[in-house]
Amino acid sequence: MKTEAAILRRNSLLLILLAMLCLPLADLELSFPDFWPELSRLGIAIVTPEVIDGWQLLSVLTTTLSFAFQGVVIGAVAGFVLALGYGNAWVRGFAAFIRAIHELFWALIFIQLTGLTSLTGLLALAIPYAGTFAKVFGEIFEESDHKPRDALTGSRFVVFFYTTLPLAWRRMVDYSAYRFECGIRSSVVLGFVGLPTVGFHLESLFSQGEYSQAVAMLYALFLIIGSTRLWLIKQLIPLYVLLSFVWLPPVADIQWSMIWQFFTVDIVPAPLKYSTGSLSDWFRLLFSKQIGPGIANTMILTQLSLAMTLLFAVLLIPLRSKLFCGNGRIVGHSLLVMLRTTPEYLLAFIGVIVLGPSMLPGMLALSIHNAAILAHLSGRFVDQLAFREDRPSGMLLYCYEVLPRIYRQFMALLLYRWEVIQRESAILGILGIPTLGFYIDSAFEEFRLDRAMLLILVTALLNVLIDKCARSLRPSSG
Amino acid sequence: MKRLLSTTGKAVALLSMFFVSALQAQETFTFTAIPDQDETRLQERFGKVADYLEKELGVEVNYIPVKSYAAAISAFRNNQVQLAWFGGLSGVRARLLVPGSKALAQGYEDQFFKTYLIANAKTGFSASKAFPEDIAGSSFTFGSKGSTSGRLMPEFYIREHLNAAPKDAFKRVGFSGDHSRTISLVQSGAYEVGAVNYKVWERELAEGKIDTSKVEVIWSTPEYPDYQWSIRGDVDKRFGAGFQQKVQTALLNIEQPELLKAFPRQSFVEAENSFYQPIEDTARKIGLLD
Repeated sequence: MKTEAAILRRNSLLLILLAMLCLPLADLELSFPDFWPELSRLGIAIVTPEVIDGWQLLSVLTTTLSFAFQGVVIGAVAGFVLALGYGNAWVRGFAAFIRAIHELFWALIFIQLTGLTSLTGLLALAIPYAGTFAKVFGEIFEESDHKPRDALTGSRFVVFFYTTLPLAWRRMVDYSAYRFECGIRSSVVLGFVGLPTVGFHLESLFSQGEYSQAVAMLYALFLIIGSTRLWLIKQLIPLYVLLSFVWLPPVADIQWSMIWQFFTVDIVPAPLKYSTGSLSDWFRLLFSKQIGPGIANTMILTQLSLAMTLLFAVLLIPLRSKLFCGNGRIVGHSLLVMLRTTPEYLLAFIGVIVLGPSMLPGMLALSIHNAAILAHLSGRFVDQLAFREDRPSGMLLYCYEVLPRIYRQFMALLLYRWEVIQRESAILGILGIPTLGFYIDSAFEEFRLDRAMLLILVTALLNVLIDKCARSLRPSSG
Repeated sequence: MKRLLSTTGKAVALLSMFFVSALQAQETFTFTAIPDQDETRLQERFGKVADYLEKELGVEVNYIPVKSYAAAISAFRNNQVQLAWFGGLSGVRARLLVPGSKALAQGYEDQFFKTYLIANAKTGFSASKAFPEDIAGSSFTFGSKGSTSGRLMPEFYIREHLNAAPKDAFKRVGFSGDHSRTISLVQSGAYEVGAVNYKVWERELAEGKIDTSKVEVIWSTPEYPDYQWSIRGDVDKRFGAGFQQKVQTALLNIEQPELLKAFPRQSFVEAENSFYQPIEDTARKIGLLD
C-alpha cells in the first residue's frame, strides 16, 4: 500500500508532468506590444483614484453585496437539502452538474428566460452555489465521526439531526462564511454580462481606459473583502440578508411565453428548427469546428494554469503567515486580497496590454488569482501548527517542516481548484483563445441558443469529469 | 433624516433604472442602444435622448444600458425594451426574432457606412485602394462578435479576397469587444491589423486620441447600410394607435446637436426593413445566421 506522502508526491508530479506535456501545444507567442503609454496611464491611475459619483458607487456596491448575500444564503439552504441525499449517486451527479456550469453561463441562460432582472442574478449565483454547498456539506457529513450515529437507533433523520449535524455544524458555518467572500467575487463577475454590479462598471471603465475611476472602484472592493473579519459577523448575517432582499427584491416580469419558446424553439437544433440539413451533419460540423478544438484549448489552458497555481501558491503562502512575516503579514494579507479580488478577466486585460494576446496572459491571470485564494486558505493552516522549540527557521523551516505538514490540505484545495480553473478558463474570450467558453460566448452573441446549450452541456460534462479525476486522486480514496 | 431619505431615494432611483423598469413596463416606454463605443458615457449620452423622447411622446421614457449586442437583442425580444438603436446585423437579428417589428429611422451616415482596416505602423502596410492582400498571416482583431462594422462586413471582404475564413487567413484572430478598444490594441501593436467602424475612428482622431505615427487606415470597405432605430410591432396596442408613427416623427425631428452627438450622426432619415436585406444576405453567406 502506498503511503500518503507517496500519493501526494505522485499527484504533484502528475500535475507538473501534464502541464509539461501541454506546454509545446500552448500558444505562448509574445507580440511585444508598445505597452508603456497604456501601462504608465494605469500606473498613474493607481495613485490617483477618482470617484465621480459617490452615491452611484455606493449603490453599485450595495447591489453587488446584495446579490452575494442572497445567492449564498439560498444556495446554502438548497445545498443543505441536497447534501442530505449525498449518498445517492444521482444526487451527487445532479449537484456536480449544476455547479459545473459557470455563474456567467447560468446568467446568460436566465437572461433569456427571466430577462435582465434581479431574479436572473440571484438564480445565476444560487444554482451553482447550491451544487458546491451540496458537495462540501455532503463531504463534511461523510467525514464526521460515525460512532455516535451508529450507536443510536431510530429514524435516520432524527439520528442525523442529533448526531451528525451538531458535529458538522461548526465546519459548515465556517465554510459558509468563506463562501460569502466567493459570493461577492462572483457577484462582481456577473456585471460582465450586464447585471448592475461592480463588474458592469469595471469592465466599461477598463476597456475605455478610464483607469482612475476603475481603480477607485477596485479599491472599494479590496476594502470590503479585506475587512470582512470586521463586518461579516455571524450574528449580523440574518440582518444583512434581510437588507439585501429589501434593497434588491428578486423580481422579474416573467413571461411564460418566452420560457415556453426557449424550450420549444430557441434551443432546438437549427436543422430541426428550419428543416435544413441533417442533425448529424450539424453535430459533426459543430464537433469538428468548435467542440473538439474548444476542449483541447480549454484543457491546455487549464493544466498549465493549474501547475502555475501550484508554484505561485507555494511562493505566496509564507506572506500571510505570522510565523514567517510576523506583523508584516498585514502587507502579505493585503497583497493576497488584491490579487484574489481583482477578477481574472481584468488581470488578463492588463496581461494583454503588456504581453499581447496569447494564452500567456490567460494563464497568468488564472494562476495568480487562484494562487492568491489558495495561499489565503492554506496560510491559515500554517498559523495553527505547533512547533518544537528547536525548529529551524526561514527557508529550512518552510520547505522541510511547514510545507510537508500542510501539504495534504494544500493538495486537497488545489485539486478542488482544478475544476474551478477549468470553469473560469471559459471567460477569457478577450484573449482570442478559442476555448469552449469562447464558443459559448460566440453562440450567445450570434443568438444561436441551440449551439450555446450544446456547448454548455459539453463544458459541464468535461467539468464533471475533472471533478471525478480530482476526487479519485485524493489520498482518502486513492 | 430627511436628507437620508432623499439620498436613499436617489440610490433607489438609480437602481430602478435597471430593474423596476420591468415592472413599470405597462406605462413606461423603454429603449436601449448597443454598447459599441465609450460605454462609460452611455448613460450620459442616452439619458438626454430619453428626456427628449419623453417630451415628444408624452409618456415616461426610460433608457436601459446593456453590456453586449446580444443583451440588446434579448431585451428587445423579451419586450423589456420596445425601441432600440441597433447596428445593421443586430437589427436584422432582432427583427427576425420579433415578427412585426420595424426599422424606423437610420442616421444620415448609415446610408453609406464603411469599415476601415487599420494597421500598426511597424507592419509596414500602407493605404491602398485595392484590398491589402498582404495582411494574410498577420494578427487581426475584430470588434464585438455581433458587430456589423467590426465583424460582419470586414469578415465578408476578408473571405472574399483571401479566400479563407479569418481564423485560417490570419495568425491570430481576436475580438476586442468594441471599436475604441480595437484602435488601442492595434495602436499598441498587441494586434497588427484591425477592423473598425469609420465613425468611431474619425471621432477619436478628431479628439486627438489616436497617434497616427503608430496606427493608420490601410483600406476602406465599400459602403453598406448600418445603424438604425427599430421598434416592436405591438407598441400601438400598448401605447395607443399611431404611437409608432409618433416615435418615428420624433426621431426624424431630432435636430439638437447635443442629442445627435450621442450617436454621433448629423441627422436621422427614414428607414425600412428592406434596406437591410443586403446585411441579412451577407450574414447568411458567411454563416453568422442560420
